[in-house]
Amino acid sequence: MDMKADRKLSLKDRYRHLTRGLGWETSYQKMDDVFPYDKYEGIKIHDWDKWEDPFRLTMDAYWKYQAEKERKLYAVLDAFVQSNGHLNVTDARYINAIKLFFCAFPPLEYMAHRGFSMAGRQFRGVGTRVACQMQSIDEIRHMQTQMHTASNYNRYYNGIHAMIHQLPRIWYMSVPKSFFDDAITAGPFEWMVAIGFSFEYVLTNLVFVPFMSGAAFNGDLGTMTFGFSAQSDEARHMTLGLECIKFMLEQDPANVPIVQRWIDKWTWRGVRVLALVGMMMDYMLPKRIMSWQEAWEIYFEQNGGALFKDLARYGIKIPDCVEQATLEKEHISHQLWAGIYQWNFGTALHAWIPGDDELDWLSAKYPNSFDKYYRPRLEAWREMAKDGKRFMNTGLAMNCQVCQYPTIFTEPGDPSTLCHRELDYKGEKYHFCSDHCKTIFEHEPEKYVQSWLPMPQLYQGTCGGGGVQEWMDWVHLVPGQDNMDFEGSQDQRNFALWKGLASSNK
Amino acid sequence: MQIDLQTINIKPLRQNFDHLTARFGDKPASRYQEATYDIQQTYLYHYKPTWEPELEIFDERRTAIRMKDWYDFKDPRQFYYGTYTLARSRMQDAADAAFEFALDSGMPETLPDAARRLIVEVLVPMRHYEWGANMNNTFISAYGYGTAIEAACMFAAMDRLGIAQQLSRVGLAVDGEAALDDAKARWMDAAEFQPLRRLVEDTFVAKDWFELFVAQNLAMDGWLHPFLYTHVEQLSLKESGAFFGLSSKFQKDWSAETVRWVDAMVKAAIGDSDANRNLVAGWVVHYTARTREAVEALATAVFGDEAASVVSVIDEAFAARLTKIGL
Repeated sequence: MDMKADRKLSLKDRYRHLTRGLGWETSYQKMDDVFPYDKYEGIKIHDWDKWEDPFRLTMDAYWKYQAEKERKLYAVLDAFVQSNGHLNVTDARYINAIKLFFCAFPPLEYMAHRGFSMAGRQFRGVGTRVACQMQSIDEIRHMQTQMHTASNYNRYYNGIHAMIHQLPRIWYMSVPKSFFDDAITAGPFEWMVAIGFSFEYVLTNLVFVPFMSGAAFNGDLGTMTFGFSAQSDEARHMTLGLECIKFMLEQDPANVPIVQRWIDKWTWRGVRVLALVGMMMDYMLPKRIMSWQEAWEIYFEQNGGALFKDLARYGIKIPDCVEQATLEKEHISHQLWAGIYQWNFGTALHAWIPGDDELDWLSAKYPNSFDKYYRPRLEAWREMAKDGKRFMNTGLAMNCQVCQYPTIFTEPGDPSTLCHRELDYKGEKYHFCSDHCKTIFEHEPEKYVQSWLPMPQLYQGTCGGGGVQEWMDWVHLVPGQDNMDFEGSQDQRNFALWKGLASSNK
Repeated sequence: MQIDLQTINIKPLRQNFDHLTARFGDKPASRYQEATYDIQQTYLYHYKPTWEPELEIFDERRTAIRMKDWYDFKDPRQFYYGTYTLARSRMQDAADAAFEFALDSGMPETLPDAARRLIVEVLVPMRHYEWGANMNNTFISAYGYGTAIEAACMFAAMDRLGIAQQLSRVGLAVDGEAALDDAKARWMDAAEFQPLRRLVEDTFVAKDWFELFVAQNLAMDGWLHPFLYTHVEQLSLKESGAFFGLSSKFQKDWSAETVRWVDAMVKAAIGDSDANRNLVAGWVVHYTARTREAVEALATAVFGDEAASVVSVIDEAFAARLTKIGL
């Protein structure tokens, strides 16, 4: 009889009992003391019960489902290690793409984990907390499966061995690091817009997916496997990000302008991080998936456009920065690769001038920009290298106070002029790469005056001392081995040697 | 007998990452080590938290204890996500088998009244206690220091959600939604639950994460789980209620495993310095007294005249456990 009563429960009601039914209104301690952080950002929530659970997964099912995925994943990873799977990649240059991935992603997935633990404790809505907690342990998973995959590559190739040291220390890692530091130091609602919505929902097809597709296109079974295994986790994270935005917007009209400002901010911050991905897609994958411009058009202009149409009914408009990002789609990957090439002595990556067939590919993919602005420069650098005068820039560029890139990007609509903005705040001058980074600063100057900028710090001698060699030691870079030209590198030699051992009887 | 399958052997450049080599030397690291050590950043944060501007994003000062190495909080179970989910999935399979056997045998429908009351009035309301434990372990994961202890606490937080969900399923099986409503009402208002609820709510405002670890995972669980899954379960058995035990297999298996981890964490903290030992000892005294009071109220309601002897058995066992930890 009673069992029948139970069985009559809908899935939704059952899940409600098994999650939000667990919470209660505290009376020995004030709710505002138990949840001290979910009001100061100004987001008004009148009824947490209106939260729609984005997925209904109880722990018993979660453990079994995830354990099954882990079993399969580690079986593949073990086989990959045992069979020297790294020798099956298209070309050893490819390994530089995943160096970029492995140096940034595991420690940043970890930041996502910590941020979701915070959100999973701080929201007073129980359903919201449970969803955040599940994402929190998923992010542990992603960090750990990535570390386990990276480990095998690190044993055979240079450039990943110091990933933990380099995340806070090396200049281009400051870009994604500052993104996560910014998000985690915000309140729980902004965190959800930054990571849950902008990063996991709007931009995920432009951040995580290109690396995994790149792995699949380039014979990297290890990376591909953890990527594909994370897919169903990512689908959950996307629905959580979207639900959270809708919930905030539906709860109170006063939330709309706050959420809009966060969407504007985090879309631009995300777009800046994406330059690293664009560069990877256009220059570092021997077998390319599509151009950065094509990816931007499909995943942002089309898919993102549809999303913002959907959000228009709440009064949310497409962020202003999209206009500039769209102008930049033909340029940023080329400008950033030029940066990596000329400051290659300070990277944990090898660089190279693309081969003729690759230059032709870029010319075809970027008919408006590549031949006019970028191909001649690359060809000139190639000539210089042939003459033994490999181009290097030993001067250091200024960092943008917000996104932390050196100011290497050009004026919107004028690819021959570097873009630079500045502003005075409390007697100090601050520099920016763009109007949008400057606007972000203007909204929260007290936050961004704190930025730890790699170039000024180097000049101040806080990075191991004053000189370049001291800086190298401090970031654990082995000159010429972890960086500089791929041509003639230890990675290149070893790959050829091992590949030979594995495919001939010499 | 062994057969000798050959693979192509190439000599690696190095065995591991610089941060692991610095700790363990240049030799292959375990998957636990790769997944855990030094992953949390410790310096060069870009901004102060808007929610706690006087401290850094991760800050040792969020607890009063100090550690020479925060990775001394090594998990004796060596859990990383893969081993953790595999262990829990096996545990859940075993628990499901027991629970389904009980359901298929029609136990919930034929429960003797006294046994039914123990389930509805004592066991099921504890789902809220478990949810409190979820919140506290999530807090430690959020604000604790070092990946080793905080990640394990996030696993523990999800364990407690799982247990709270199992207790809810037991309620649904015995008395449908009404059981859950009654359980909530008892948690909120029944006199015997109030010292416990007050204690749980007080831990929600504790700010020191290691204090919270000691309060929740050592003192409170150290009393309440034996109370429920040893003493109340035995009483239920006497009332011919095997259902209680069959429906809480997960908690018993889980408890046996988790106690080892909890004790190892406390041991690591007190082993680091006398200052830590004094702090932990103080927290143990405080939270043991509070928990004892909460368990006494529940024991009196359940065991009547026998309450004092039940409490003293738990007390003795807990004291022996503390001695073993070195407190």
